[in-house]
Amino acid sequence: MTVLFWVLAPLAAASGFMVFRFNSMARVTISLLVSFLASGALLILLGLGYLGVVVILMMVIEMIIMAVFMVAYMMNPAGLIQMSMYHNKPGSLAVSIGTFALLGAGIFAVPWPRRPGARPASPTFQLGAALMGPQMLTMITLAFVLFATMVGAVVLATRRGRYDRFGDDLTRRPPADPVRGGVGR
Amino acid sequence: MNLQLFLLLAAGLFAIGLYGALSQQAIVMIMMGLELMLNGVIVAAAAFWHYAAPAAGAQVIVVVALVAMAVEMAIGFAVATALYRTRNVALTDAAAELRR
Repeated sequence: MTVLFWVLAPLAAASGFMVFRFNSMARVTISLLVSFLASGALLILLGLGYLGVVVILMMVIEMIIMAVFMVAYMMNPAGLIQMSMYHNKPGSLAVSIGTFALLGAGIFAVPWPRRPGARPASPTFQLGAALMGPQMLTMITLAFVLFATMVGAVVLATRRGRYDRFGDDLTRRPPADPVRGGVGR
Repeated sequence: MNLQLFLLLAAGLFAIGLYGALSQQAIVMIMMGLELMLNGVIVAAAAFWHYAAPAAGAQVIVVVALVAMAVEMAIGFAVATALYRTRNVALTDAAAELRR
């Protein structure tokens, strides 16, 4: 476990740092993916096999989507032109180093509690039982948040909204659609 | 191996993500910084579960962080798409200038 930690932890931190150093968007995406894969492997190392695999699978898909978006929207996707995409770099660096120092000091200053008992035989069962039992409210809240996200993302990303169709005061009938269709339109 | 080392890694990931979120101009790169910060939260919660409190609460925090990542990605890309479509910008500074 110790050897794996000393391989995975520096890999996760270094690849996370390189995300903001690479110029090429493909390298940036792969670097972030490596960081997440190392973190997922650390979760598996800590005994959370199910959540570790979820992190790995989710991040692989997410980074593929992110790569497409980055190539689509970034003005210099291949990193062939040397350009700076930063603002207030020294201030950001100072804030992040200060945050790390503060967190690090807290980590070594606090007397952390020792584990009161043995870990459960099946962490996945423990998580499922919690989400379907005492943490049901959390699960329901997450479900509604995800549903609202889906609706919000579609509304934001759609090319034409209701004001395009029905006018500024939403009274235009029939709606102005580029292709006529539906009942009575 | 102990809790402090895992928490130090989590703090490092959080700080790196914070640096990216604060310093980057591109919306997509800011999202990457936020993802790294949440990655730190996930590692810290998993370490707590393993070393300090093997109750289900720490695992639930990991699930909440994962959902936060998914929400941030989906809404972030949708906002980037809406901004790019209406203003043809993908940088936060340009979007702020257009607001005034």
